[in-house]
Order: sequence, then C-alpha cells, then structure tokens
Amino acid sequence: MAVETHRLVQPGRRAGWAFHDSRHRLGALFMLPAAAILLVFLAYPLGLGFWLGLTDTKIGEAGRFIGLGNFISLAHDTVFWLVVFNTMFYTVVASIVKFALGLYLALLLNERLPFKSLLRAVVLLPFVVPTVLSAIAFWWIYDSQFSIISWVLIRLGLIHRYIDFLGEPWNARWAVIAANIWRGIPFVAITLLAGLQTISPSLYEAATLDGASAWQRFRHITLPMLTPIIAVVMTFSVLLTFTDFQLIYTITRGGPINATHLMATLSFQRAITGGYLGEGAAIADAMVPFLLAAILFSYFGLQRRRWQQGSRD
Amino acid sequence: MTAAPDTAAPSDRNEGMQYLESLPRRLVTLYLPLAILLFVLLFPFYWMVVTSFKPDNELYDYAHFSPFWVAHPTLEHINKLLFETSYPDWMINTVIISVSSTFISLFSSVCAAYAIERLRYKGSQYVGMAIFLAYLVPPSILFIPLVAVVFRLGLFDSDWALILTYPTFLVPFCTWLLMGYFRTIPYELEECALIDGASRLQILLKITLPLAVPGLISAGIFAFTLSWNEFIYALTFISSSENKTVPVGAITELVEGDVYHWGSLMAAALLGSVPVVVLYSFFVEYYVSSLTGAVKE
Repeated sequence: MAVETHRLVQPGRRAGWAFHDSRHRLGALFMLPAAAILLVFLAYPLGLGFWLGLTDTKIGEAGRFIGLGNFISLAHDTVFWLVVFNTMFYTVVASIVKFALGLYLALLLNERLPFKSLLRAVVLLPFVVPTVLSAIAFWWIYDSQFSIISWVLIRLGLIHRYIDFLGEPWNARWAVIAANIWRGIPFVAITLLAGLQTISPSLYEAATLDGASAWQRFRHITLPMLTPIIAVVMTFSVLLTFTDFQLIYTITRGGPINATHLMATLSFQRAITGGYLGEGAAIADAMVPFLLAAILFSYFGLQRRRWQQGSRD
Repeated sequence: MTAAPDTAAPSDRNEGMQYLESLPRRLVTLYLPLAILLFVLLFPFYWMVVTSFKPDNELYDYAHFSPFWVAHPTLEHINKLLFETSYPDWMINTVIISVSSTFISLFSSVCAAYAIERLRYKGSQYVGMAIFLAYLVPPSILFIPLVAVVFRLGLFDSDWALILTYPTFLVPFCTWLLMGYFRTIPYELEECALIDGASRLQILLKITLPLAVPGLISAGIFAFTLSWNEFIYALTFISSSENKTVPVGAITELVEGDVYHWGSLMAAALLGSVPVVVLYSFFVEYYVSSLTGAVKE
C-alpha cells in the first residue's frame, strides 16, 4: 500500500511542478504567433501612424519632422473642416436611425412568427454581402438617368423630374446615409435580438398582471434590461460608421464638391491618391480622439451593467 | 399531479401572452412593418439580380419594358465578365487570400486564447484587455502606416501583403471569441487529464479543441466573410490588375471612363456575393453566434 501511494503521488507532484515551472514559458510560446502578427502589423503601424502625422513624408520620399505642421495647416483648411462636419453628421444621423430601426426590427422579430429562423437569416443578408458590392447596387439605384426610385415616384405622380441623387450636395449626403443605414440595420437588429431573447417572459407577464401598458413594459423592462448590450452594439456601430470608407469610395468618391467626403476617404485621397502620406496620416490621427470617446462610452456602459448586477468584478 | 405542470409549462411558454392580441391587430403592428422592412432590406439584391440578366436594350428602356422584370434574360454580362475581364483572377485571389488569412488567424488565435484563458501566465488578463482594444482599432487609421510597412517588407502588390495584414483585424476578433468559448469548457476536464499525465499540448489537441469545434467554426466563418469583404487594404496594397480582389477589381477595373456598364457591374456584384452568401446559408447559426458572441462578452 505504502509503495503504491508513493508511486501515485510522485508523478502527480512532478506534473504539478512541471506545470508551475513551464506555465509562463509555455504561455509565452503559445502567444508567439498572435503577438508577432499584432506587433508587426498593428502596434508598430499604429505608432508609425502618429510619427508620420508629424512629418512631411511623401510617397517614395523620406520625410522630415515638422512637428504639428500638418495639424496647423489642416486647422486652416476649409475642406478639412467641411469633412469633419460631414463625418459628424453622417455618424450621428446614421447611428440614430440605425439604432431606432434596428431596435424596432429586433422587437418585431422577437414576436412569435412563422419561419422565424429563416427570417432572421434573411434579415442579416445586407451585413453578409460585401459592402462594396452592395454599394455598387446602390450606385445604380441612385443613377441620375435610370434611378428606379425616381421612376417609381414619377409613375406615382409624386415628382416630375428625375432626382439627381448624387449630383447635389444634400441629396448625396442623404443618399449615402441611407445606404449606410441599410447596411447597418441588420447588425443592430440581430445583436439586439440576441439580447431580447435573454429577457425572461415572466417579467412581462408579471408586469401585464400589474396592469402595465405595452409602452410601460417596453420602457421599464425591455430598455433597462437591454441597456448594457445597447451600449456595446452602439459603440461598434458608431466606430464602424465614423471610420466608414467603402460606401463613400464606391458611391460618390467624396463628391459632389467634397459634400460626402468623410475623414477616412479624405485621408486616403491625400495620402494615397495625392501622395502626401504625412498629411493623410495626420487626418487619420485626428480621428483617434473621437474613437476614444466612443470606446469610453462603451466602457461606462459595461460598468453600469456590473453595477446593476451587484458584481464587484 | 406531476404530469399536469409539465404539459402546461411548454404550452404556456409557446403561447406567452399572445392570446391578448387579435389577428387584425397583429397584421398592422407586426406583419405589415416587418414586410416593409424586409422589402427595403432585400430590394437592392433583387435589383442586382434583375440588372445582371437584362440585355442592354431593356436595361436603359423603361418605356417599353417594365424595369422590375426581365423580358429576355441573357448571360451576356456574366459571359463578358468571365471571358473578357480579369474577374476569374480576382475570384481566385480573393479565395486564396481569404482562406489563408482565415487559417493563419485561427491558428494564432487558438494558441493565444488558450494561453490567456487556460495557462493564465503572468499578465494574461492585461493581454486579454489589449486584445480587446486591438479589436477596436479600425483599418481606416492603420492603412497609411501599413502601406509603409508593407513596402519596406517588399510585400507590395503581392497576395502576402493582404494575407499578413488581414489578421490584424481577424486575430483580435477570433481570440476574443475563442476566449469566451474556452471559458465555457469545464476546467475540471483538463485537470483530470493533467492528473492522468497528459501534456499541455495533448490536452489542447485532444480535449479542448474537439470541444471547441463549434466556436472554431463560428470564428472561421466570420473571419472568412470579413476577409472576403475587406476593401481598404486591398485597394491600397495592390496595384496590378491581376492581383486584385473581387471588391477592388469590380470598382476600379470595370468602370471605363464615364461609361458605366451597369449590366456587368451588377453581374460582378452578384457573382462576388454568391460565395459568401452560400457559405453563410450553410452556417447561419454559427455566423449569428459569432456576431452576437463578439458583442456580448
């Protein structure tokens, strides 16, 4: 017996020792591939981006340090401020509408419906299809001569001339916002639907028995229960909208007269098309404070969830 | 006594409070708005399909042909796309790039997530946090410095430029998703194996990974569609026509001056969407779980 317990204990202890000894080293080894990729292609470029913003680098020409020169010239650049306005307008309007319609769609899909999972799969399609390819479809829908929307409206007698969707600044702004909303609704709807499904039906039953109206049930059960997930979903939505590039590049390329240029497309235009890498990097750097604000917003959304659940984690 | 609640409970759960709502009311508050939203969400795809099969004379003549239907369907646009442009090359490039970057990302993410969640080496919680922050860095602010890095490494205008840069957004996403997934696998299973003398590698390969297969599929599908959709890196790092991916090729090469060949443009959009949509339709549940999982954590 004594011998056998001895034999049983030894390997166990040895394994335990080996475990403690090698754990950190093994951890470092396992982290190696991911760390290599992220350091070389993410962390380093992120730092390099800040540096480039402080230089006058051009494509194929090493730059020199010019301090805040790029930022000072941007501050006097009316196009830059127009683009900042465009980006804010685009982000705020598109995010609010995406949230409202997405939440509405999620509430509808949360009802008892036939073919529910099929409906959910179909709703997500605009998010799955490559953005550029669906944006090409929007480009065609917004065509000045053959727009199907104009054609239908004329046939209905609502308008008399074809709408110049992409030729007039405000039309173009609303047109790209509509395309962005179209693509964003499914993401908001499906993620909020996942949140809705975790709310226990007994809460609604109890509230109904207490005489709560549909609006009161929504206001006092659905919304508070959904707040944490709304905070996260909207952070992602705002981040993606604010840094949007594909839709604008495909549909308007920033035109007409820079009316739809966003910060991302302007930085591409200045850095890659124009060759002024330093100035483009400065525009990209100028996006960072806005992004940080969005991330902090999400962070406090998460804090609130912890506080609500009484966790000290 | 015991049977009664059992039978009552499921029917109660199914019905909920639906008995409070009549059919006409549901029609107005539920089916009608749902139908309108679905119509808006699906119309661009319908329009894409209709346009790709319309001959040119129908395409630009709304007076004689109804724009909503194809009178004489034609494969002319698809034919032109496949045999007169580099579209097949772009397709092959996109497949190679998406598959390789997905596998590279999955491999490094499995290792990283396992190390962070299970080996719990010194500082692993900070690394986990850093991974989440990396996930929030948008490609729009990275592409300018990345172009410099890609140039210096001699990768410009090659598949490798994209295969190696796509993991910058795939690895944080997959790692974050898999960390959540590994957390749901009971630690006791690994402890048992450890006591039985299994090595860490054996545990990962024979216990954790088989149990994490659904998580791996979710992460893989999502990563594949993300790489298929990627645009800004592909636009910036690739210059020669035959090395382009489908989204970039469609928008830069098919537009000749001011003449837009809407038929072939729509066909390009349609053909480029089909592979992702087919893949998605096979793995809807996995796709949705990775979409919602990434947000929920």
